[in-house]
Amino acid sequence: MWAYIARRVLATIPVLAIVALVVFSILHVAPGDPAALIAGDQATPEQIAAIRGKLRLDLPLYQQFALWLGNALHGDLGTSIFSNRPVAALFLQRLEPTVALAVMTTIIAVLLAVPVGVLAAWRAGSLVDRGVMGVAVLGFAFPVFVVGYILIYVFAMKLKILPIQGYRPIADGFWPFLQHLVLPSLALGLSFMALIARITRASVLEVLGQDHIRTARAKGLPARRLLFDHALPNAAVPIVTIIGVGVALLLGGVVVTESVFAIPGVGRLVVDAILSRDYPVIQGVLLIFSLTYVVVNLIVDLVYVAIDPRIRY
Amino acid sequence: MKRIGLLGVAALAALFAFAAGPAGAQNKIVIRSVPIGNLKIVDPIWTTAYITRNHAYMVWDTLFALDADNKPQPQMVDTWNVSADKLTYTFTLRDGLKWHDGGAVTAADCVASLKRWGAKDGMGQALMGYTAALEPVDAKTFRLVLKQPIGFVIDALAKIDSNVPFMMPERIAKTDPNQQITEVIGSGPFRFVAEEWVPGSKVVYEKFKDYVPRKEPPSQAAGGKVVYVDRVESIYMPDHGVAMAALASGELDLHESPATDLLSLVEGNPDVVIVPNDKLGYQLFMALNHLYPPFDNKAVRQAVLWGLKQEEFLTAMTGDPKRFTVCAAVYGCGLPNESQAGTEPLLHPDPDKAKSLLQAAGALGAKIALMDQTDNDVHRAVLVAAQALRRMGFTVEVVAMDWSTLIQRRASKAPPEQGGWNVFLTNATVTGIANPLIHNFVKNCDQAWYGWACDPRIVEAGRQWALETDPAKQRQLIDELQRLHMENVTYVPLGMYRPTIIYRKELSGIIPAPAIFYWNIKKKI
Amino acid sequence: MSDALSTAAVPADASARRRRGLWWRARRHPTVAVGLAVLAAIVLATACAPWLAGHDPLFVDPMARLKPPLGAHLLGTDALGRDVWSRTVHGGRVSLVIGFAVAVTATGVGLLIGLVSGYNRIADAVLMRCMDGLMAIPTILLAIALMAVLKASLTTVVIAITVVEVPRVVRLVRGVVLSVREQPYVEAAVVAGSGFGRILLRHILPNTLAPVIVQATYIGAAAILIESLLSFLGAGTPPEVASWGNIMAEGRTYFLVAPWIILAPGLVLAVTVLAINLVGDGVRDMLDPRFARRL
Repeated sequence: MWAYIARRVLATIPVLAIVALVVFSILHVAPGDPAALIAGDQATPEQIAAIRGKLRLDLPLYQQFALWLGNALHGDLGTSIFSNRPVAALFLQRLEPTVALAVMTTIIAVLLAVPVGVLAAWRAGSLVDRGVMGVAVLGFAFPVFVVGYILIYVFAMKLKILPIQGYRPIADGFWPFLQHLVLPSLALGLSFMALIARITRASVLEVLGQDHIRTARAKGLPARRLLFDHALPNAAVPIVTIIGVGVALLLGGVVVTESVFAIPGVGRLVVDAILSRDYPVIQGVLLIFSLTYVVVNLIVDLVYVAIDPRIRY
Repeated sequence: MKRIGLLGVAALAALFAFAAGPAGAQNKIVIRSVPIGNLKIVDPIWTTAYITRNHAYMVWDTLFALDADNKPQPQMVDTWNVSADKLTYTFTLRDGLKWHDGGAVTAADCVASLKRWGAKDGMGQALMGYTAALEPVDAKTFRLVLKQPIGFVIDALAKIDSNVPFMMPERIAKTDPNQQITEVIGSGPFRFVAEEWVPGSKVVYEKFKDYVPRKEPPSQAAGGKVVYVDRVESIYMPDHGVAMAALASGELDLHESPATDLLSLVEGNPDVVIVPNDKLGYQLFMALNHLYPPFDNKAVRQAVLWGLKQEEFLTAMTGDPKRFTVCAAVYGCGLPNESQAGTEPLLHPDPDKAKSLLQAAGALGAKIALMDQTDNDVHRAVLVAAQALRRMGFTVEVVAMDWSTLIQRRASKAPPEQGGWNVFLTNATVTGIANPLIHNFVKNCDQAWYGWACDPRIVEAGRQWALETDPAKQRQLIDELQRLHMENVTYVPLGMYRPTIIYRKELSGIIPAPAIFYWNIKKKI
Repeated sequence: MSDALSTAAVPADASARRRRGLWWRARRHPTVAVGLAVLAAIVLATACAPWLAGHDPLFVDPMARLKPPLGAHLLGTDALGRDVWSRTVHGGRVSLVIGFAVAVTATGVGLLIGLVSGYNRIADAVLMRCMDGLMAIPTILLAIALMAVLKASLTTVVIAITVVEVPRVVRLVRGVVLSVREQPYVEAAVVAGSGFGRILLRHILPNTLAPVIVQATYIGAAAILIESLLSFLGAGTPPEVASWGNIMAEGRTYFLVAPWIILAPGLVLAVTVLAINLVGDGVRDMLDPRFARRL
């Protein structure tokens, strides 16, 4: 098993290298001159050239890449062009809201979706199945910002029971922290509900169709015990997978949600950076995001080995 | 497994309950406001962006400032005098002026700051052009020696609009004018809390306890800057609807540029005050590229004047007729230099006439590239412009881009098909265009703004106006300038519109001005 | 339900019986019919946009801005006085075209890469690492980054979203290829001397088609959604082009006073995505002989 773990960890390195390459090349083959952008519209060609030199843009691409990657491995992700702050510092400053949002969203999505998926599988083929899955997909079919606006309108403006926007750090008190996260997590969570519900349903169905379940049934085991003691634990593996895959989708969905609810998270940081061509920030944050995804998937794979005795590589 | 689950939940609950208490005594008076944009650049000399200017007013101070009658008043300066030959100005600073990081403000700081400002700002450049020497005399006194007498020295130092001549510590002011400063240290009534700045989201200012305000009552940018709150949090919110809702519910105290269409949400709300804080507002205008066809042809440019309905543009910008004024005066309406010479086409538009004039000039169907800043609210006016220009008979290509790309591309003198442009729209504060000297956007020939209009008569008339002291002759020159601008179509004024600000009734003391000043504001708790 | 019967009785004779089995199963999946009907209605409506719309979707009329629905304009007007119904119908063309184009291109490219990857071990090692790398970057961010470097147009939006969706198709196809390769009849064909191309066409490709088609429908729906998110963030279709995403992005500011601007295209988009999903689910269930039965 340790050999498997070691192999699995080593396998992530080329992936990370590819990510670094992709992230770097997307930006540097772009048209437009970042140095001119920084220098401003009153700058002379000499000033633009000076900035190019300072940013090392005059070096050949592969050298720039090597330089950037080398620094990144030491934790130096460069400095933001616009705010002149280190990218790593900017990222850490905005990490808490995004992590909080992501965790809350996952909790809400799982809490809502798993029962839905189980119910749908239990009553597979019936109207309940179709209806319940249909409603779940509806959460996914509406773009996140539409759901967000509707929630704001209903809960924050009409009912006035939840705050409309913003983020309160957990250090300022748990209740304000929670209150500010409910609407954004719900908006985003509804989006993921369909995915998790769908996988849960498929996976539970698969298990329910198996012989050992039929035997248990024939022996007269009540439905609830059947579900919770036999079906669900076996169905857990794919559900855990989807949570892993969900992290990647989540990191993307967080971006729009932060924009709607004015949450100062990493998602907004990177979107602002992309739209204003702040290359160091874009490269650095995308690299970290991708690293997170790779690590999460690695952990998921390793968790598989732990929980599913059948898996042997 | 179930038992662990229960224990786990219990442990978590305990942890959260523990963390539930508020973090510490929060008895500070805080104003939470939404700024007009996202603060990206902190250097008000390097950029003319208004968000940076507004930010700068918090932390930096000026030598002179305009009062509510738009007359210059001393601010950091205590006394000053002009020599008999009108060539030497000597300024002495007030007592007690300190920098945020300790240390007194000295004349050397002011000299360095003026030099840096004079390298970038149009009016500053003009002033430096006439300056023979600018040097400190002692720790609190410095002098400006001119090459010839001019009438606008104090006006320049009191300039309220970008670039404002803010005073910075000498070491910061010595930064190359074409590079941005990195430290935000000033002598203004607030200090910038760098540790709490979340770029793109929140800027925090705290009251500077060692600030010594003037004794006079505040009057626009002049007078005593007394701060009655402890903290100002400037929270950038990209979503207008959310911001409006947040203000209505009390999560925010003030919004510097609410979306006018959303005001109906708070109009009946007794807790919210709506005012047009800047009585003059903005002038919307269209810049034409005089270098390339079709707008290198004067007849074509004049045809355009007939085809644009200001009302359409202004409605698209603000929606409410109470908040805009149809105005074709280059130097603004309701201002001393308002002139109506040559404004007939704009005030009585006739698209059919425009079309026939275009045909006569042989430019029917001419291709034009219209730049569109999609991330800016002027975008709406651009779409109206596209339709109006098409209605006239042009073949319009709308080139979408973000604002920062536009400000680069507009500087390009390349042909439109090769990265240049034919038309774009933008706005300017009316205070910033009130006279020929400060109105950068209609300068001609050598000093021409983007569009590169050149009529030597305009340059000459402008020069005469700057040196003229007889008001009657100045008036004549203004009319002449207005007429010439309309004839050569330096640019196309599209009217004036007034933005509003909204704030909760707990706030009072907001000074009417082009920027929101946070001194003098009191918050009832 | 009598699905248990349908799965047990797999006909011996391939073509004709299989077709009958499929049709039979289709009738037992009413949701597919519903989904198809809804989708067809939407596609038809957008195809007939110029006749259905009534107003020019691009006509700017500032004096008639933000008018509520059921007045002179069926679904009201937006901030520039443009007719929302007309823009929604025309916007549907753009969004549906994007969805379709991405679905076709992503599956086409993914199929190609997946087949190569499944068949050649070296290519597999390289390609899969590349695909893993692409998948590691969050979808929206990769799409925005691509849009930021390409000049915004319909084509580039399609390209950006395709790039983002291809890796999953590749993974799917590769999985099928790998499993089919192990089948005895493929080994038999190899031993019998069948050429590479023949094996590919006769054995491998048909097996990939079913899951790929199902995946294609999901990709189409995802593409429509991603386009709306991209436009919302300002990195999607160019503003002159009305797409559902663009209409909603422009209507964002006014949601609290003029919700119809976002709700009209938003609702139609959701219904379209739902319909596509129903069709996809149904097709998947129909093609899957192990379709679930009630306990």
